[in-house]
Amino acid sequence: MIDERTTHDKPLLCVENLKVYFQSNGERAHAVDGISFEVREKETVCIVGESGCGKTVSALSILGLIPTPPGEIVDGQIIFSGQNLIKLDEKSMQKIRGNHISMVFQEPLTSLNPVLTIGDQIGEAVYTHKQIEPEALFQYCVQLLNDVGIPSPKQRLSDYPHQLSGGQRQRVMIAMALACDPDLIIADEPTTALDVTVQAQILALLRSIQKKRSMSVLYISHDLGVVSAIANRIYVMYAGIMVEQGNTDQIFRSARHPYTQGLLASLPSLSKRGKRLHSIPGSVPNPAYKPTGCPFHPRCSHAILSCREEFPEMCDYSEGHQARCPILFKSKGYKESSPPQRAGKDSKGQVIRHKTGG
Amino acid sequence: MLSFIGRSIVQKTITLFFVSIVSFLIIHLAPGSPSQVDPLNPKFTPEMVERFQKEFHLDRPLYIQYIYFYRDLFTGKTVSWKDNQSVLKKIWERFLNSLPLFVVGTLITWTLSFPVGIRSAIFRGGIYDRSATFISYVLISIPGFFFAYVLIIFVVTYLHVPVIGLETFGIGDAPATYLFMDRIWHLLLPSMLGATGGIAVLSRYVRSQMLEVEGQDYIRTARAKGLPPEQVHYKHALRNALLPFVTMFGLILPGLIGGSVIIESIFSWPGMGRMAYEAILARDYPIILTVNFVSAVLVLAGTFISDLLYLVVDPRIRL
Amino acid sequence: MNLAEKKLNNDFYIESPLPPKRTRMQEFRRLFGQNRLAILGLFIFILFFCCAVTGLFLTSGSKPIFDPAMVRLQEKLRPPLAKPNLDSLQPQEVPALGVYLMGTDDLGRDVFSRMLQGAWVSLTVGFVAVGISVLIGIFMGGIAGYFGQHHIRTDQVLFTLALIFGTGLMLINVTFIGTVILLLCLAYIFYSLLARHGSTEKETPALKAMLHSNAVSVDTLIMRIVDIMLCFPSFFLILTVVALLPASIYNIMIVIGLTSWMGTTRFVRAEFLSLREQDFVAAAKALGLSNFRIIFRHIMPNAIAPVLVSATIGIASAILTEAGLSFLGFGVPPPHATWGNILSNGKNFIFDAPWLTFIPGIAILIVVLSFNLFGEGLRDVMNPKLKERH
Repeated sequence: MIDERTTHDKPLLCVENLKVYFQSNGERAHAVDGISFEVREKETVCIVGESGCGKTVSALSILGLIPTPPGEIVDGQIIFSGQNLIKLDEKSMQKIRGNHISMVFQEPLTSLNPVLTIGDQIGEAVYTHKQIEPEALFQYCVQLLNDVGIPSPKQRLSDYPHQLSGGQRQRVMIAMALACDPDLIIADEPTTALDVTVQAQILALLRSIQKKRSMSVLYISHDLGVVSAIANRIYVMYAGIMVEQGNTDQIFRSARHPYTQGLLASLPSLSKRGKRLHSIPGSVPNPAYKPTGCPFHPRCSHAILSCREEFPEMCDYSEGHQARCPILFKSKGYKESSPPQRAGKDSKGQVIRHKTGG
Repeated sequence: MLSFIGRSIVQKTITLFFVSIVSFLIIHLAPGSPSQVDPLNPKFTPEMVERFQKEFHLDRPLYIQYIYFYRDLFTGKTVSWKDNQSVLKKIWERFLNSLPLFVVGTLITWTLSFPVGIRSAIFRGGIYDRSATFISYVLISIPGFFFAYVLIIFVVTYLHVPVIGLETFGIGDAPATYLFMDRIWHLLLPSMLGATGGIAVLSRYVRSQMLEVEGQDYIRTARAKGLPPEQVHYKHALRNALLPFVTMFGLILPGLIGGSVIIESIFSWPGMGRMAYEAILARDYPIILTVNFVSAVLVLAGTFISDLLYLVVDPRIRL
Repeated sequence: MNLAEKKLNNDFYIESPLPPKRTRMQEFRRLFGQNRLAILGLFIFILFFCCAVTGLFLTSGSKPIFDPAMVRLQEKLRPPLAKPNLDSLQPQEVPALGVYLMGTDDLGRDVFSRMLQGAWVSLTVGFVAVGISVLIGIFMGGIAGYFGQHHIRTDQVLFTLALIFGTGLMLINVTFIGTVILLLCLAYIFYSLLARHGSTEKETPALKAMLHSNAVSVDTLIMRIVDIMLCFPSFFLILTVVALLPASIYNIMIVIGLTSWMGTTRFVRAEFLSLREQDFVAAAKALGLSNFRIIFRHIMPNAIAPVLVSATIGIASAILTEAGLSFLGFGVPPPHATWGNILSNGKNFIFDAPWLTFIPGIAILIVVLSFNLFGEGLRDVMNPKLKERH
């Protein structure tokens, strides 16, 4: 069942039912198992999930960067500017990469070529797509470095990556991504490898750039704190599928999927001081050996028999808010998000249903 | 930088010193004696033997001999025991013979290995890669002289190309172009033989380096920028993959004096390898020791140059 | 909501389905099995091994079934699969199978028998030589990698040198000076042992401080030794030693082993250096395990992988070296047959009896190729980086 979306404007990027499988060691890993999401103009969309849920693979497949011998896009379409990127040939994809859609990666040190200067690496991003004379190129790069907040950009252009700090390297990566004024930037956990203070700077930078250039950002992260700061809309991903989607308010205030609730409940905060830290029991399933039915059911305290037998469909809550848990959907009266209590038996030996409220 | 050079040179000189001692000891402590002083050798009368011993200080203790030998070496006065020619002059002559063989062989090896290795890496698993791999294995595994004989038989029987020796016997009076072509003909087979083994090993190494580099994150970034594949492979990947090879370049130097004994024996090429071989047989100590010393100098100089080149080429290393 | 719908996860949660557990051996076998060339290499190696062992039995003893040493001058240079000329032969001279399977050489010896005998010799040369070089390599590399930072004091260097010098002098019969030096060394050793017990001085006199200063680290020392050995072009070194020593199969094996340990040392040292910093070593130390146990039980199994690969390829190269030495006349002395022997013998008759060259040549090629393929297959399997790439 494809979700009905009420969109005001036509989305910039629309991913429908994407499936990416990996074949290795005799196993077929369903890294991405039928996800759909979209990014509209001038908005920041975040995909949230733990490591191993398939978010990086989704991002890479947008740009066609999945290594094809082990990986394969089995199904789905990725519509961008009216074209299905999956069906595009390599030459046309090259025109899009770095030009209309660009990407910022997680590890700035290894993502930059150690034997080429910063100026060289930024310059070639520009030179490949735009027709700029070599003299103007230098000025353009200086301007780019200025935009991302690197001091003394003229000297920096002739430096090598190892001479810069982690935060500066990530700024350079962002500069490379901005070089051709893309419509969409995909940022794959760009701040995970950085210190917290630097993290805040990079996030602020991304926000200001987005405003200035009116781009869209697809931000991938596992850090809910970061997500709450910058996202317009959020997609929560688990084991290769989307389990919940909505805007920031809806997700943080009234999460409707047990996994999202678990994630939120796991965030330590002052209000929970002195209480036992909550954690979701169990661990993320191996993409090649996924549970039947709902992939979250082994760890879910709301799970019943049908959760193991049938794959759950998305349930509509309100404007743009959907969650893939029919159980919670059916139990009306569920208002606020709260740490799900372990179901146990009460004194009469009856199964206790969950209590509402905090 | 300067301190690194200084330290390197000091360390290498010490190594050289030890090498000279070790090689000296090996030669002199081995059983048997040079034919000239062998008491059982009927050609030399006892007086000649004694004169010989006096001349070359063989009756003195080892360390005195050591000092004498190296003093002579550095002043260029070392003399071969077999034919009383100056060792350095002999080495130089043979070196000039070995040089074209070496140069052509190295050129063929290095110019052919890289394209083969790079192509194998880029089209990994394809027909080209698999056949190149298999051929490399066969070339590494074939005994050198067996392969040589097979080639010689083939070339002589079917192509009528002269193969033995430096030049065809009796061609001395021919005009210069004939002489030149003749030299090239004779050079071709031995250097190709020497090159095939080298190509096999080097191309495999190039391939594995390229594969390793192609798997790095910055290649993914380069592709994400929309760069055309040639730029990704040659500008980004190759530059990194080549780093270790620049250093290997310095290590070619020792090959100058190596020469292959086997190839030179088969083709009757009067080169360094054969000279050393004959010297070993005849226990011509001065030649053996001198060749050893020069080779050690070349090895150490080669590693020194490699280190320097690595400093120059890799921007991450700055001393 | 139906109260009767029982919850799945009551007091515990259900384990997610797990992938099948594979032991390391099974994983290894599976990865290796994907590489067809390597399997072929292994297969040929096993075949070769069986041939060598059976060949040993079939050709040794005083009345072997296949006699490699039986000289029949009247039957010389017969081509393969030739029927023997029964009239000219005595009954015991007739070859076992009634036909010369691979022909005869210039002395009328059955080439097939010689090949069988030679198989065992080639195998032994390869394994013993590589065994020696691997043992030395692991030892030197392990010490350099693990104890690398320990320094050797100046006085220790000095009296080791003096010891060697003294022993050397004794060996060449300069007894007086030799004995004096050795006695001095012993005296110094006693003195330093005693002094340690009784030393309560706060200030060390300048001479003593200088003597106790660190001269060189173990790592530097071993690497310099490796450098010195590398300065000698290896084939020349082998040639020199083999030419100067009396020719025997054991000498060749030992010499090849003694001249090829440098590569293994480098590998082992590199592995030790990186493994030493890992947490499991720190954990083992924190448990109070002795150095010996840490090295052999913990680090060594991890460091073995590149050694195995280079050992396999080393066997191949040892066999080729032996063939080369035989070619130059320094191989195993006659009448013992090795494949190199037969090959180099055959070069004199290359136009009259090409089988003398081709049969051993192709045999060496196949065996060495199989070792190389097997070694490369091992390397691909054990390389963790390549494993991730599929």
